[in-house]
Amino acid sequence: MSVKTDAIGKEWPATTYEVGKEKIGEYARVLGIENPVHFDRGAAKAAGFRDVVAPPMFAVVYSSPAVGPAMFDPDVGMNFAAMVHGGQEFEWGEPACSGDEITTTAKCLDISEKDGKGFYIFETNAVNQNGDLVAKGTWTLIVRGV
Amino acid sequence: MADLNVGDAIPELKVTPDKYLTHRYAGASGDFNPIHIDAEFAKAVGLPGPILHGLYMMGLVARANAALADGDPRALKRLSVQFRGMGAPETEIVVSGTVKSVDGDTVVVDTVAAQGENQTIRNAEAEVVVG
Repeated sequence: MSVKTDAIGKEWPATTYEVGKEKIGEYARVLGIENPVHFDRGAAKAAGFRDVVAPPMFAVVYSSPAVGPAMFDPDVGMNFAAMVHGGQEFEWGEPACSGDEITTTAKCLDISEKDGKGFYIFETNAVNQNGDLVAKGTWTLIVRGV
Repeated sequence: MADLNVGDAIPELKVTPDKYLTHRYAGASGDFNPIHIDAEFAKAVGLPGPILHGLYMMGLVARANAALADGDPRALKRLSVQFRGMGAPETEIVVSGTVKSVDGDTVVVDTVAAQGENQTIRNAEAEVVVG
Protein backbone atom coordinates (compact mmCIF):
# COMPACT_ATOMS: atom_id res chain seq x y z
CA MET A 1 0.00 0.00 0.00
CA SER A 2 1.16 3.49 -0.66
CA VAL A 3 -0.12 5.36 2.37
CA LYS A 4 2.36 5.84 5.20
CA THR A 5 1.10 4.34 8.43
CA ASP A 6 3.96 5.33 10.75
CA ALA A 7 1.87 8.09 12.34
CA ILE A 8 -0.82 5.75 13.70
CA GLY A 9 -0.92 6.33 17.44
CA LYS A 10 1.01 9.59 17.26
CA GLU A 11 -0.18 12.40 19.53
CA TRP A 12 0.37 16.12 19.09
CA PRO A 13 0.84 18.87 21.68
CA ALA A 14 -2.31 20.27 23.25
CA THR A 15 -3.80 23.57 22.13
CA THR A 16 -5.79 25.85 24.40
CA TYR A 17 -8.74 28.04 23.47
CA GLU A 18 -10.48 30.60 25.67
CA VAL A 19 -14.19 30.73 24.86
CA GLY A 20 -15.57 34.23 24.35
CA LYS A 21 -19.16 35.45 24.56
CA GLU A 22 -19.14 37.33 21.24
CA LYS A 23 -17.50 34.41 19.41
CA ILE A 24 -20.29 32.12 20.63
CA GLY A 25 -22.86 34.65 19.38
CA GLU A 26 -21.16 34.94 16.00
CA TYR A 27 -21.15 31.16 15.58
CA ALA A 28 -24.78 30.72 16.68
CA ARG A 29 -25.92 33.55 14.40
CA VAL A 30 -24.31 32.08 11.26
CA LEU A 31 -26.21 28.84 11.88
CA GLY A 32 -29.46 30.74 12.42
CA ILE A 33 -29.75 29.61 16.05
CA GLU A 34 -31.85 32.05 18.06
CA ASN A 35 -31.97 30.60 21.58
CA PRO A 36 -31.01 33.54 23.88
CA VAL A 37 -28.78 31.28 26.02
CA HIS A 38 -26.18 31.75 23.24
CA PHE A 39 -26.30 35.56 23.37
CA ASP A 40 -27.58 36.78 26.72
CA ARG A 41 -25.83 36.16 30.04
CA GLY A 42 -29.03 36.54 32.06
CA ALA A 43 -30.91 34.05 29.88
CA ALA A 44 -28.01 31.58 30.07
CA LYS A 45 -27.81 31.78 33.86
CA ALA A 46 -31.58 31.51 34.21
CA ALA A 47 -31.36 28.26 32.19
CA GLY A 48 -28.74 26.87 34.58
CA PHE A 49 -25.52 27.64 32.69
CA ARG A 50 -22.44 29.24 34.25
CA ASP A 51 -22.37 31.86 31.48
CA VAL A 52 -23.39 32.30 27.83
CA VAL A 53 -23.22 28.76 26.43
CA ALA A 54 -21.95 27.58 23.05
CA PRO A 55 -24.04 25.53 20.62
CA PRO A 56 -22.72 21.94 20.47
CA MET A 57 -21.08 22.35 17.06
CA PHE A 58 -18.92 25.17 18.45
CA ALA A 59 -16.70 22.15 19.23
CA VAL A 60 -15.29 22.76 15.74
CA VAL A 61 -14.00 26.18 16.80
CA TYR A 62 -12.05 25.05 19.86
CA SER A 63 -11.00 21.62 18.51
CA SER A 64 -9.80 22.54 15.01
CA PRO A 65 -6.57 24.23 16.16
CA ALA A 66 -5.47 20.87 17.58
CA VAL A 67 -6.18 19.00 14.33
CA GLY A 68 -4.25 21.42 12.08
CA PRO A 69 -0.72 20.37 13.16
CA ALA A 70 -1.72 16.72 12.91
CA MET A 71 -2.97 17.16 9.34
CA PHE A 72 0.14 19.05 8.25
CA ASP A 73 2.60 16.66 9.91
CA PRO A 74 4.99 15.18 7.30
CA ASP A 75 4.79 11.85 9.21
CA VAL A 76 1.12 11.76 8.22
CA GLY A 77 1.97 12.92 4.70
CA MET A 78 -1.49 13.84 3.42
CA ASN A 79 -1.88 15.28 -0.06
CA PHE A 80 -4.09 18.29 0.65
CA ALA A 81 -4.92 18.99 -2.97
CA ALA A 82 -6.82 15.67 -3.08
CA MET A 83 -8.28 15.75 0.43
CA VAL A 84 -11.95 15.85 1.38
CA HIS A 85 -13.64 15.78 4.77
CA GLY A 86 -15.34 12.38 4.69
CA GLY A 87 -16.95 12.18 8.09
CA GLN A 88 -17.17 13.74 11.50
CA GLU A 89 -18.39 12.68 14.89
CA PHE A 90 -18.66 14.53 18.17
CA GLU A 91 -19.67 13.28 21.59
CA TRP A 92 -20.43 16.03 24.08
CA GLY A 93 -19.96 16.22 27.81
CA GLU A 94 -19.99 19.46 29.82
CA PRO A 95 -21.32 22.43 27.84
CA ALA A 96 -18.70 25.02 26.78
CA CYS A 97 -19.39 28.43 28.28
CA SER A 98 -17.95 31.89 27.87
CA GLY A 99 -14.78 32.19 29.97
CA ASP A 100 -13.93 28.49 29.75
CA GLU A 101 -10.38 27.56 28.88
CA ILE A 102 -10.52 24.45 26.75
CA THR A 103 -7.49 22.25 26.15
CA THR A 104 -7.60 19.92 23.17
CA THR A 105 -5.27 17.07 22.28
CA ALA A 106 -5.16 15.29 18.94
CA LYS A 107 -4.16 11.74 18.14
CA CYS A 108 -3.97 9.71 14.93
CA LEU A 109 -6.28 6.72 15.37
CA ASP A 110 -5.82 5.06 12.01
CA ILE A 111 -4.48 5.38 8.48
CA SER A 112 -5.61 2.90 5.87
CA GLU A 113 -6.12 2.50 2.15
CA LYS A 114 -9.08 1.19 0.20
CA ASP A 115 -9.89 1.41 -3.51
CA GLY A 116 -7.12 3.92 -4.15
CA LYS A 117 -8.23 6.22 -1.35
CA GLY A 118 -6.41 6.97 1.86
CA PHE A 119 -8.47 7.16 5.05
CA TYR A 120 -6.97 9.23 7.86
CA ILE A 121 -8.76 9.17 11.20
CA PHE A 122 -7.90 11.57 14.01
CA GLU A 123 -9.36 11.87 17.49
CA THR A 124 -9.56 15.04 19.54
CA ASN A 125 -10.30 15.23 23.24
CA ALA A 126 -11.26 18.63 24.60
CA VAL A 127 -11.41 19.25 28.35
CA ASN A 128 -12.25 22.42 30.27
CA GLN A 129 -10.36 24.15 33.10
CA ASN A 130 -11.96 21.76 35.61
CA GLY A 131 -10.73 18.70 33.74
CA ASP A 132 -14.23 17.81 32.51
CA LEU A 133 -14.57 16.39 29.01
CA VAL A 134 -16.31 18.94 26.79
CA ALA A 135 -16.20 17.18 23.43
CA LYS A 136 -14.56 14.17 21.88
CA GLY A 137 -14.20 14.41 18.11
CA THR A 138 -13.48 11.80 15.44
CA TRP A 139 -12.34 13.35 12.15
CA THR A 140 -12.24 11.24 8.98
CA LEU A 141 -10.27 12.75 6.10
CA ILE A 142 -10.15 11.05 2.72
CA VAL A 143 -7.39 11.54 0.14
CA ARG A 144 -8.13 10.45 -3.40
CA GLY A 145 -5.54 8.81 -5.62
CA VAL A 146 -3.03 7.61 -3.04
CA MET B 1 -41.43 17.73 23.12
CA ALA B 2 -44.27 15.35 22.44
CA ASP B 3 -43.58 11.64 22.57
CA LEU B 4 -41.42 10.39 19.74
CA ASN B 5 -41.70 6.85 18.47
CA VAL B 6 -39.57 4.77 16.16
CA GLY B 7 -40.33 5.74 12.58
CA ASP B 8 -41.57 9.25 13.39
CA ALA B 9 -40.28 12.06 11.21
CA ILE B 10 -38.69 15.05 12.98
CA PRO B 11 -39.75 18.55 11.88
CA GLU B 12 -37.88 19.56 8.74
CA LEU B 13 -35.42 22.44 8.88
CA LYS B 14 -35.21 24.48 5.68
CA VAL B 15 -32.46 27.06 5.20
CA THR B 16 -31.29 28.86 2.07
CA PRO B 17 -27.74 30.14 2.67
CA ASP B 18 -27.14 33.45 0.93
CA LYS B 19 -24.23 34.23 -1.39
CA TYR B 20 -22.00 35.46 1.45
CA LEU B 21 -22.80 32.74 3.99
CA THR B 22 -19.54 30.88 3.36
CA HIS B 23 -17.61 34.06 4.19
CA ARG B 24 -19.45 34.49 7.47
CA TYR B 25 -19.04 30.80 8.32
CA ALA B 26 -15.32 31.04 7.51
CA GLY B 27 -15.02 33.93 9.95
CA ALA B 28 -17.08 32.23 12.63
CA SER B 29 -15.29 28.89 12.37
CA GLY B 30 -11.77 29.89 11.31
CA ASP B 31 -11.87 27.68 8.18
CA PHE B 32 -10.75 29.94 5.32
CA ASN B 33 -10.09 27.20 2.76
CA PRO B 34 -10.40 29.11 -0.55
CA ILE B 35 -12.71 26.46 -2.08
CA HIS B 36 -15.40 27.99 0.15
CA ILE B 37 -14.80 31.69 -0.40
CA ASP B 38 -12.94 32.27 -3.67
CA ALA B 39 -14.95 31.61 -6.85
CA GLU B 40 -11.89 31.78 -9.13
CA PHE B 41 -9.96 29.33 -6.98
CA ALA B 42 -12.95 26.99 -6.76
CA LYS B 43 -13.35 26.97 -10.55
CA ALA B 44 -9.62 26.44 -11.04
CA VAL B 45 -9.87 23.19 -9.05
CA GLY B 46 -12.86 21.99 -11.04
CA LEU B 47 -15.74 23.07 -8.82
CA PRO B 48 -18.76 24.94 -10.17
CA GLY B 49 -18.15 27.72 -7.65
CA PRO B 50 -17.56 28.20 -3.93
CA ILE B 51 -18.96 25.26 -1.96
CA LEU B 52 -20.51 25.21 1.50
CA HIS B 53 -18.40 24.05 4.44
CA GLY B 54 -19.39 20.48 5.35
CA LEU B 55 -19.24 21.46 9.01
CA TYR B 56 -21.75 24.28 8.36
CA MET B 57 -24.23 21.71 7.06
CA MET B 58 -23.40 19.49 10.05
CA GLY B 59 -24.22 22.53 12.20
CA LEU B 60 -27.68 22.66 10.59
CA VAL B 61 -28.12 18.93 11.26
CA ALA B 62 -27.21 19.62 14.91
CA ARG B 63 -29.67 22.53 15.02
CA ALA B 64 -32.53 20.44 13.59
CA ASN B 65 -31.94 17.73 16.21
CA ALA B 66 -31.47 20.13 19.15
CA ALA B 67 -34.84 21.60 18.15
CA LEU B 68 -36.41 18.36 19.45
CA ALA B 69 -35.46 19.66 22.92
CA ASP B 70 -36.42 23.29 22.21
CA GLY B 71 -32.84 24.10 21.23
CA ASP B 72 -31.33 23.14 24.61
CA PRO B 73 -27.57 22.91 23.93
CA ARG B 74 -27.29 20.10 26.53
CA ALA B 75 -29.69 17.85 24.60
CA LEU B 76 -27.41 16.71 21.79
CA LYS B 77 -25.11 14.02 23.19
CA ARG B 78 -23.57 12.65 20.03
CA LEU B 79 -23.68 13.41 16.31
CA SER B 80 -21.97 11.38 13.64
CA VAL B 81 -22.16 12.34 9.96
CA GLN B 82 -20.80 11.36 6.57
CA PHE B 83 -20.19 14.10 4.01
CA ARG B 84 -21.29 12.75 0.66
CA GLY B 85 -22.05 15.66 -1.62
CA MET B 86 -20.98 19.24 -2.12
CA GLY B 87 -23.38 21.94 -1.03
CA ALA B 88 -23.85 25.21 -2.88
CA PRO B 89 -24.83 28.66 -1.59
CA GLU B 90 -28.13 30.20 -2.74
CA THR B 91 -29.84 26.79 -2.83
CA GLU B 92 -32.30 25.56 -0.23
CA ILE B 93 -31.03 22.96 2.23
CA VAL B 94 -33.60 20.63 3.75
CA VAL B 95 -32.66 18.72 6.90
CA SER B 96 -34.97 15.80 7.59
CA GLY B 97 -34.80 12.86 9.93
CA THR B 98 -36.49 9.73 11.20
CA VAL B 99 -36.43 8.33 14.72
CA LYS B 100 -34.41 5.13 14.63
CA SER B 101 -34.56 4.10 18.29
CA VAL B 102 -35.98 5.29 21.60
CA ASP B 103 -34.50 4.49 25.01
CA GLY B 104 -36.23 6.31 27.84
CA ASP B 105 -35.72 10.04 27.22
CA THR B 106 -33.05 9.46 24.57
CA VAL B 107 -33.82 9.17 20.89
CA VAL B 108 -31.50 8.34 18.01
CA VAL B 109 -32.41 10.14 14.80
CA ASP B 110 -31.25 9.14 11.32
CA THR B 111 -30.77 12.50 9.62
CA VAL B 112 -30.14 13.69 6.06
CA ALA B 113 -29.26 17.13 4.67
CA ALA B 114 -30.09 17.61 1.00
CA GLN B 115 -30.26 20.21 -1.73
CA GLY B 116 -32.89 18.78 -4.06
CA GLU B 117 -31.74 15.26 -4.95
CA ASN B 118 -28.20 15.95 -3.79
CA GLN B 119 -27.77 14.45 -0.33
CA THR B 120 -24.84 16.41 1.08
CA ILE B 121 -24.96 14.65 4.45
CA ARG B 122 -26.11 11.08 4.73
CA ASN B 123 -26.23 8.44 7.46
CA ALA B 124 -26.10 11.13 10.12
CA GLU B 125 -26.91 9.71 13.51
CA ALA B 126 -27.92 12.05 16.32
CA GLU B 127 -28.43 11.03 19.93
CA VAL B 128 -30.73 13.53 21.62
CA VAL B 129 -32.16 13.70 25.12
CA VAL B 130 -35.71 14.93 24.64
CA GLY B 131 -37.02 14.48 28.18
